[in-house]
Amino acid sequence: MGTASTKIASGAKAPIDFDQSMAGLKSRPIKTGPRAYLTRRYRLSASHRLHSEAYTEEENRTVYGKCNNPHGHGHNYGIEVTMGGPVHGQTGMVCDLGELDEFAWTHLLERFDHKNLNTLDAFREAVPTTENFTREVYRIFQGFGGARVVRVRIEETGNNSFEYSEELGRTETI
Amino acid sequence: MILLTRKAEFSSAHYYWNESWSKEENERVFGRCANKNGHGHNYTLEVTVAGEVDPVSGFVVDLKELKEILQREVVSVYDHRHLNLEVPEFAAGTGMIPTTENIAIAIWRRLEGKISGAKLHRVRVYEMADLFADYYGER
Repeated sequence: MGTASTKIASGAKAPIDFDQSMAGLKSRPIKTGPRAYLTRRYRLSASHRLHSEAYTEEENRTVYGKCNNPHGHGHNYGIEVTMGGPVHGQTGMVCDLGELDEFAWTHLLERFDHKNLNTLDAFREAVPTTENFTREVYRIFQGFGGARVVRVRIEETGNNSFEYSEELGRTETI
Repeated sequence: MILLTRKAEFSSAHYYWNESWSKEENERVFGRCANKNGHGHNYTLEVTVAGEVDPVSGFVVDLKELKEILQREVVSVYDHRHLNLEVPEFAAGTGMIPTTENIAIAIWRRLEGKISGAKLHRVRVYEMADLFADYYGER
């Protein structure tokens, strides 16, 4: 939906209800050591409807096509979250996987799995395209205190995938 | 520049244990991965090299040669082995716990300088389909 990007609301809002502190976490971002990237894949199923208030009904149908069906439709999303940082000398890890999974469970899966994306706060002002969903997931994982998120990739279907990274353009290695 | 990726697989046993910690601390941090009887995975290795296309051969690297290098340097050493007990870089005392991150780093070190005509770009190690680590040689 690249042609519509200047007209539709975009930029999902940051959720404010999670704890960004490292208190209680085994994971700690560190400064030295060989830098590696750990990617974890999560799956969730959700429905959505692509529809923008900035468009007329007819424009919505033209821009979003079958994705504008008023009753919505759904996907099995495959979500890859990449955490980057120096490998800790004591643990051999970028971050503790159990803590990352727990964070994902609380802040991603419980909030989005088997939900209608259009009804969620995160998409109150943004069309729940997978582009915006990808940015939202990135924003969520910025709240994980154990390591730094460097990339989020979402497969909407086997044929479509979307990536967001603040590092893209700065480094070709991601 | 072209990036070219070759895949290989190996199946290995491992456990996570930091020799400088108590048993309780190891179990707290590493959970069930700290079981010293070990457990195992089917690992998938993806090695990506970067280079220019040779105008005569049309290759970046000879894939057969790359396959043989991966077999010799990695698969023959790791496959059907216990990483902690049988692979020198992960032996007790090295401080190198065979996590997915460290396996990617160790494989990079094994391959660095061994591939002629192309530059090692990325080592990706899948522990499972939903978990993998990337190393780009960053120190």
